[in-house]
Amino acid sequence: MSLPLRRLFVAGLRRRPLGASLSLLAIALGVALGLAVQLIHDAALDEFGRGLRLLAGEADLQVVGPREGFDDALYAALAVRPEVAAASPVLEVRARLPGHDDSLRVLGVDIFRLPAVQPALLPVPAEGVGQFAALEPDRIFLSAAAAAALGLDMEQPARLPVQSGVTEHVLRVSGGVPGAGSGQALAVMDLAGAQRLFGHVGRITRIELRLHAGVERETARRALGALLPPGVEVLAPESAAAQAGGVSRAYRVNLGMLAAIALLTGVFLVFSSQMLAVARRRQEFAFLRALGMTRAELRRGLLAEGAALGLLGGMAGVLLGHGLAALAFRLVGGDLGAGYFDGVRPVLRFEPWLALAHGALGVAAGLAGSWIPARDAARLVPARALRAADETALEAHPRWGACAFCVVAAVLLCALPPVGGVPVAGYAAVACILAAALFALPGVAALAVRLPAGSGAVPWRLARARLGAAPGQIVVAVAGVVASVALAVAMAIMVAAFRVSLDDWLARMLPADLYLQASPSAASGYLDDEALARVAALPGIAAQAPIRARQLRLAPGHAPVTLLARPISADGDLPLVAGRIAAARPGADPPVWISEAVADLFELDVGDTIDVPLDGRLLRFEVAGIWRDYARQHGALAVDLETYRALSGDRRVNDLAIRLAPQADAARIAEALLDLFGERTVRVSSAGEIRALSLRIFDRSFMVTYLMEAVAVLIGLAGIATSFAALASARRREFGMLRHLGFTRAEVGRLLALEGALGAMLGVALGMLAGGAVAWVLVEVINRQSFHWSMDFHVPVGGLAIFAAVLIALAAAAARLAGAHAMRTAAVRAVREDW
Amino acid sequence: MLEIRRLAKRATPDSPVPLFEGVDLHIAAGECVAIIGESGVGKSTLLNCLAGLEPVDGGSIRLQGQELAGLDDDAFARLRRARYGFVFQAFHILPHLTLAQNVALPLWLLGEAEEPAGERARAMLARVGLGARADDWPRNLSGGELQRVAIARALVHRPAVVLADEPTGNLDPAHAGSVLDLLLESIRAAGAAGVLVTHSAAAAARADRVLRLSAHGLHPPSGEEA
Repeated sequence: MSLPLRRLFVAGLRRRPLGASLSLLAIALGVALGLAVQLIHDAALDEFGRGLRLLAGEADLQVVGPREGFDDALYAALAVRPEVAAASPVLEVRARLPGHDDSLRVLGVDIFRLPAVQPALLPVPAEGVGQFAALEPDRIFLSAAAAAALGLDMEQPARLPVQSGVTEHVLRVSGGVPGAGSGQALAVMDLAGAQRLFGHVGRITRIELRLHAGVERETARRALGALLPPGVEVLAPESAAAQAGGVSRAYRVNLGMLAAIALLTGVFLVFSSQMLAVARRRQEFAFLRALGMTRAELRRGLLAEGAALGLLGGMAGVLLGHGLAALAFRLVGGDLGAGYFDGVRPVLRFEPWLALAHGALGVAAGLAGSWIPARDAARLVPARALRAADETALEAHPRWGACAFCVVAAVLLCALPPVGGVPVAGYAAVACILAAALFALPGVAALAVRLPAGSGAVPWRLARARLGAAPGQIVVAVAGVVASVALAVAMAIMVAAFRVSLDDWLARMLPADLYLQASPSAASGYLDDEALARVAALPGIAAQAPIRARQLRLAPGHAPVTLLARPISADGDLPLVAGRIAAARPGADPPVWISEAVADLFELDVGDTIDVPLDGRLLRFEVAGIWRDYARQHGALAVDLETYRALSGDRRVNDLAIRLAPQADAARIAEALLDLFGERTVRVSSAGEIRALSLRIFDRSFMVTYLMEAVAVLIGLAGIATSFAALASARRREFGMLRHLGFTRAEVGRLLALEGALGAMLGVALGMLAGGAVAWVLVEVINRQSFHWSMDFHVPVGGLAIFAAVLIALAAAAARLAGAHAMRTAAVRAVREDW
Repeated sequence: MLEIRRLAKRATPDSPVPLFEGVDLHIAAGECVAIIGESGVGKSTLLNCLAGLEPVDGGSIRLQGQELAGLDDDAFARLRRARYGFVFQAFHILPHLTLAQNVALPLWLLGEAEEPAGERARAMLARVGLGARADDWPRNLSGGELQRVAIARALVHRPAVVLADEPTGNLDPAHAGSVLDLLLESIRAAGAAGVLVTHSAAAAARADRVLRLSAHGLHPPSGEEA
């Protein structure tokens, strides 16, 4: 860096420590949030991908079915195919651990097939355990992470109770799975033992295949695919990993975009601070130009200032990002509380390239913020600027044309479909809305001057005149406020809409008094007819509605969906958004009600038919309605329980909804249910408890959002404080003159507070308007395209009104405080400084 | 109109050395006094003391019979808005107000409604030769024109005293003469007491009286200066 650059420009940052450090902080926060989100998800996805590779081992292809599995005769059929060199069958079960909230991922494997295909999964018996122990049906082998999670010492013989149905079985922990590494919590046991234990005799969930050398994989995939029953597919292992990445992609992109908006707010702050500094330093720059500095040198100098600020902010952000990521890992886990990566224990790693890229983002933000100020400074005419540092540098003209263009672009973008499941056009629409608000700012400021003037107090007249004649200053000061208020308001509306909709939805989905569950629906606990009969025999129970949840693979390349079989007979049984509840008509296809996600992902509508693979058969249903489902992002099908039982013969039940007789005591019946099955085996919850728990989980997963909202508002406030501080110090002479004319200090203070409040009012009003529009895009476009669920738009009017009032009052106070500092200069000295 | 007796001011609040002391001055209504002196002798400080913008260390200032020394900050501010007018070397015209609004500013401060204040400001601008440009912006004016606006602003509310600190310091000689004539004529016509601080002998010569400030008070200048 050359001497003038260092001495004249970068050193200039030290002359305005407050503005510079706030800009730095904003950049650091934006960079840190983005980096933290990226680090956490990279680590989680990495570990998740490792788990998939571990399971696949050296397999070239894998055959996968739903969670409930498929007939293991398929294994025998595939193993003898000429393309296949080795095949290994696996039954994967989420074993419910009695008395625990967590479940354990248990892989039932054929020990003799493992070495050829998945050697890393080979169980290693502990000392003193026989070499063929892995063949015994009651032996289980734990990976290090699973043992640690269960608090078991692998050196000591231990017993592990697991649950199947409502029965507890005890397995002997007999060794480890050293090949699993440290991040995978899983257990391995004999395939036949697992099938018997978990009630899956004759069924497996996947087959790993190794092909003969020279066999082309795609050809083999097509040939083998033709042999598979409906609902079972053959995949290349990497496409399974890609599917897993796709599962959380929308969520990751959403968080990343929030971080980007925080960084954008940082850019506005740099812009405000640099623009005002340039206005104040016009004479200095004119003097430098007079001394022989070229326009390009001046411009480079100011850009170097911005880049230096960005570099420092970027470096601080990288450090802070790692800290935030570590903290988030400890507090909410590797999926940021969203529940995408169960059973994975990721480790945070330093990624030099990622850190470098985010540091560079900081520099880019600094440069972007300085671009226009540097251009303006380079354009100044030295002779004029030397004579008088007037305020024409901060001119701003109404840009209604650009504003209208952005609005039209936003509307058009909202109509575009997502790209690869990511609502790219939706995010672009958000950017257009923000740009439209900023373009509207000068014009709105000019309109605001037409407010009734009357014979208001002098500070009011002066503040109004200033707003009308020099809107550039207000635009510069308020740009950051508009952006951050828009972000905060949009998030507040979106979260409120989501929460209110979720609460309504829970009330609709949980109409019964009590819910009995043998395990979370994905795990190995379930209720059978005998258990249901025992419940029905209890006194005080008016009715019970069994609910069965299964997993289905509707089409290749799609994540599995949930099949929900439950009594559906009357309006109100499902939160429908289209169609209606109708009984099956004789001779017609039975009705199915699909969730919005299934409607979106499989492009189905009411009246269409859908083929559902169930136990190797393809059954045709007619779509009778579309319902809202916040619980299953990949989609769910609801069918009437009796129809399901008639078609499948499956009589297992995951949840039992219980309605109590009038005057029955819910607490005593809950106790009776626990006594009936044992409190380690089942869970009994009231609808209220489930609702409260769901809302708690909701709030936890939006914690990151709340944090970003708070950061955005803080940055916006900091922006208005620094802008007004800079403006006030540039206006010392004006205040001096006003004091000569007979203004009291209090009146000058009132003038400043009024200007601050007026500016903030404009910023907040525009920010709210833009925020409302952004919220609409978030609710109707981005959420819809990312997560495939609709919400009822809900504006938390009271909260937003308080937020706006507090922000305006704070802005007035910030401006007043900033002015107090400027007024410390004696009036007589201030007027002597050259105007 | 304005009567000053034994006025004293120290160089700094803690300094034992006086900047000036024993300053006596009486100015009648419609009279303009020019104060000259070397740089740093305290001419501008004297002006500030007269306006209550700097505290004095002794003596008395009486305006139309009212003792001003000892008034607090806000009381002096209210007094200034009613009975003082200022003309600065650097004009100090607010860039975000029109010329008429700039001139009306003292009237606004005195509680006059926007419309009548505007009319008086326009009339005043007409008197300084800028009547046609009342709705123009300061950025479109030359230095001499800006100082005319400042003169209009200093006199629009009929002040008892007009204080002018180097009013022609930023103007070229051709404009300086005419602006100064306008200022002095306006002060006389308004019946105000005018105090003009200047370095320029030519400017001082246009005043009714010339006094030289030294550390020991105000005295008529030697023959050559006069």
